[in-house]
Amino acid sequence: MKHYDLVVIGGGPAGLAAALAAYEQGIGNILILERDNQAGGILNQCIHNGFGLHRFKEELTGPEYAGRFIELVKQTDIEVRTDTMVLELDENRVLHTVSPQHGYEAIQAGAVILAMGCRERTRGAISIPGARCSGIFTAGAAQRFLNMEGYMVGKRVVILGSGDIGLIMARRMTLEGAKVLACVELMPYSGGLTRNIVQCLNDFDIPLYLSHTVTDIRGKNRLEQVVVSQVDEKRNPIPGTEMVFDCDTLLLSVGLLPENELSRQAGVEIDPRTNGPVVWENRECSIPGVFACGNVLHVHDLVDYVSAESEQAGKAAAAYLQGLRPEGPEIRLKNGNGVGYTVPQRFHKGAESLEIFFRVRAIYKNAAIRVMDGEAQIARFKREHMAPGEMETVKLPKVLLDRVKGDSLTVEIEESTVGDGSPVPQA
Amino acid sequence: MKYDVIIIGCGVVGAACAYQLSRYALRVGILEASNDVANGTTKANSAIVHAGYDPLPGTKMARLNVRGTELMGALCRKLDVPYRNNGSLVLSLSEEDDAALRTLYERGLANGVPGLRLLSREETLALEPNLSPELRGALLAPSAGIVNPWELCYALAETALRNGAELRLSAPVTAIERQEEGWRLRTPKGDFSAPYVLNCAGTLSDRIAALVGDESFHIRPAKGEYFLLDKSEGTRVEHVIFQCPSKLGKGVLVSPTVHGNLLVGPNAAPSDPEDTANSAQGLAFVRSSAQRSVPGINFRENIRNFAGVRANSDSEDFIIEESSVAPGFIHIAGIRSPGLSAAPAIGEEAVLLLRQAGLELKEKAEFIDSRRRVRFHELSEQEKNELIAQDPRYGRVICRCETVTEGEIVAALHTPIPPVSVNGVKRRVGAGMGRCQGGFCGPRVQEIIARELGLDPTEVLMDWEGTWVLCGETKGGAAQ
Amino acid sequence: MKEIICITCPKGCHLKVDEESFTVTGNACPRGAVYGANELRNPVRVVTSTVVVEGPQRRLPVKTDRPIPKGKMFEVMEEIAKVRITGPVKVGDVLIPNVAGTEGNVVATKNLP
Repeated sequence: MKHYDLVVIGGGPAGLAAALAAYEQGIGNILILERDNQAGGILNQCIHNGFGLHRFKEELTGPEYAGRFIELVKQTDIEVRTDTMVLELDENRVLHTVSPQHGYEAIQAGAVILAMGCRERTRGAISIPGARCSGIFTAGAAQRFLNMEGYMVGKRVVILGSGDIGLIMARRMTLEGAKVLACVELMPYSGGLTRNIVQCLNDFDIPLYLSHTVTDIRGKNRLEQVVVSQVDEKRNPIPGTEMVFDCDTLLLSVGLLPENELSRQAGVEIDPRTNGPVVWENRECSIPGVFACGNVLHVHDLVDYVSAESEQAGKAAAAYLQGLRPEGPEIRLKNGNGVGYTVPQRFHKGAESLEIFFRVRAIYKNAAIRVMDGEAQIARFKREHMAPGEMETVKLPKVLLDRVKGDSLTVEIEESTVGDGSPVPQA
Repeated sequence: MKYDVIIIGCGVVGAACAYQLSRYALRVGILEASNDVANGTTKANSAIVHAGYDPLPGTKMARLNVRGTELMGALCRKLDVPYRNNGSLVLSLSEEDDAALRTLYERGLANGVPGLRLLSREETLALEPNLSPELRGALLAPSAGIVNPWELCYALAETALRNGAELRLSAPVTAIERQEEGWRLRTPKGDFSAPYVLNCAGTLSDRIAALVGDESFHIRPAKGEYFLLDKSEGTRVEHVIFQCPSKLGKGVLVSPTVHGNLLVGPNAAPSDPEDTANSAQGLAFVRSSAQRSVPGINFRENIRNFAGVRANSDSEDFIIEESSVAPGFIHIAGIRSPGLSAAPAIGEEAVLLLRQAGLELKEKAEFIDSRRRVRFHELSEQEKNELIAQDPRYGRVICRCETVTEGEIVAALHTPIPPVSVNGVKRRVGAGMGRCQGGFCGPRVQEIIARELGLDPTEVLMDWEGTWVLCGETKGGAAQ
Repeated sequence: MKEIICITCPKGCHLKVDEESFTVTGNACPRGAVYGANELRNPVRVVTSTVVVEGPQRRLPVKTDRPIPKGKMFEVMEEIAKVRITGPVKVGDVLIPNVAGTEGNVVATKNLP
């Protein structure tokens, strides 16, 4: 069986950054497996700008951001196999792959990095009622058609969900000549970044309907109309609030799900809150020698954070291969008030420092993030603004970690202006 | 164009008739209104092979159901159609249900259903641990099963075509004229004549009958809505799980599918013959009903909803007879549940009726009675390698959720009935049927269809006529 | 007074900008004041799109190499729509200089072999 020290599943931003980081740590025998016909992942279709502000201190487009990593990989002897699908991964880190060039092949990996990214939630996942006509696309599928193949999917468009891809597509479709009639969001706040609301909706006078949803889809063949209704606090449609839009296209931007079918099958423990693997502070999964990073671990807002996380996973995989394993008793991270999930979910006491990524469940103004060791507060971080659409992070230094007494820490939100934790609508 | 027999409609019933007739030295023509076969009730139903204890003894329905189910396993093996003989359970959840189960049991015996057994609560739970705590017992029917209904239709129709039958797609019959030797059928694809016609037009079969002045029956279309859940829920139950039938029908069932998903549905509501829309109320009803038999179903794992329209009629039984006003015009109508199970037997019955009506039947010396297609993910490692060595397109996975390769898609596009739509490809090879619902592979499938069939990508449809996907190129496109 | 949302950071301050004096209120930091004034005086945006490739790759992604006046976005799109290219093109290659008189150039954001 062919052997590689490190096999990275996925040649998107996560996989490329992880492989490069491992390479820089001296791992020579690295293979990246990419299912598409080119590396770069979803960035290839994200032709808009706004990537790389943290990483490169300049605003790049998706292809430019990916291109920089691809060029760096080309300068190494990291092997990249495109058009290659991993059919199965087992707990002994054997990968069963298939490609037109190499046929069916089993590969033994010393360490594996999971970097398969995520997929979009579909109409079925949210059971939108109505006709089964054509004209309903996930925003990402429409984006591929538009940006990579050069085809328009429609002329009059309604967008359900205010996630970033949906907002970006509102602008792209408008610039290419379509009329975007509305962006409809079930929640009382947007799921996307504020800058995208401003630059993609407000710039083109596209109305955003918060606390609204699509309640009917009409059309015998192609979509003809969507019905949009306001929803109450329990997200149930309010009769009598229906608005009818004449349109031929409905784009869905209703959430992303990490793609962990391979991980599940291999027996990697999955966190039901992130839908990604449960990881240690070094991004190692429940199976030793298997690491995860990027959107397969949890859905990120910014690719810059994906790169940073992936470098951490790459370094850790290199350390694993060099026999350096983190040690110390396990301390779990628990989600307290207002916290939806944390990554990592656990860490070794004695870790050098710990950066915790998480999402809040509602919008908070002038609140604080508290880290509790049982009843004792060990750290408190003030935040003027927090929203579910924006990932939060706090960093705990070694001195604090060394003082932890219990076997778990709780991350929670201390509210001030919004006493009951109820969401405050954005403008 | 002249034929000996014309079949109107190529759902699973029309295809079963075509398959049986293609054994004989006959010119058989099939006229299908849609742009693909299996595009009506056949593509949207419960996919169940019923044991046959539901229909009243003595009816055609009872006889053809039991016979069809008996034929199904061998037929599916011969024609490479996914089928699983997993048995069914009708649950009793109340004292009333106990009596109803007893009635079904006796009816089943009268109909000749093999192997029926009434099970105690404990025996049932030993087979299916995830059932309701209200469970009192069940009727086990070991001959029941599940099948891929549209692939059954493709297999039957493709085999008929390989044996000489001819198919016209997008050829709805708009008028029928009586002529000296039978019937002349007008369609947008031309006129077709034959002394014998089989009316297998499903939910529109009463409209076809009306074209020859026969108003002896009426279709009362009834829509049923479904949830199709991810494979992560596919092992929630092993058998087909029914509730006791009531005045409202057979009720909501929970069943694994041959693809490994979990199917939940249907409700029943009067509808237009071609209305396949889902409603919030319908879906809510299906959901709460299903939870009565299998409480733990995780509906968050839903990947698709759909609705199918059953060709219910004003007759209690299947309408399988020569028209009393139109000689040589044979109705195979009102084929509601258990129509899929009965289909193989309905094909035999059609041959019998044609013979009785005076058609001379002579068996062909050579009849192709087999079919194989590659399912890449089912192959052994060695077989995968051999296939990719022969044709590297089998090494390129297009649908990542269901592991469907470019080779399989290309092969489907060169079968006797090539699909012309993204969903046509989906039904043939499974690309886009998984959890991402074609989000990733849709654009690539669109491209492969266009390339293989020599179409512009904007001409490739989602499904039936009018379901366009792309409206044009950006920036006017490149100079051709 | 014009009300706008600041996009300099994720906080999203609701700014009020005086249309004559360009004084800004509602900002939590000085960057907000700069953004608010610019957004009224001369709002600018980077335009990203694709150009038609005469070849199997079909489209090549492009951008304006600097923010251009917001009011010129559709004019820039019209210029981009006229382009037909063949390879090779490298990231950063100028495909339309001084597009629509904005002084910005339309450049490739991906290599085309």
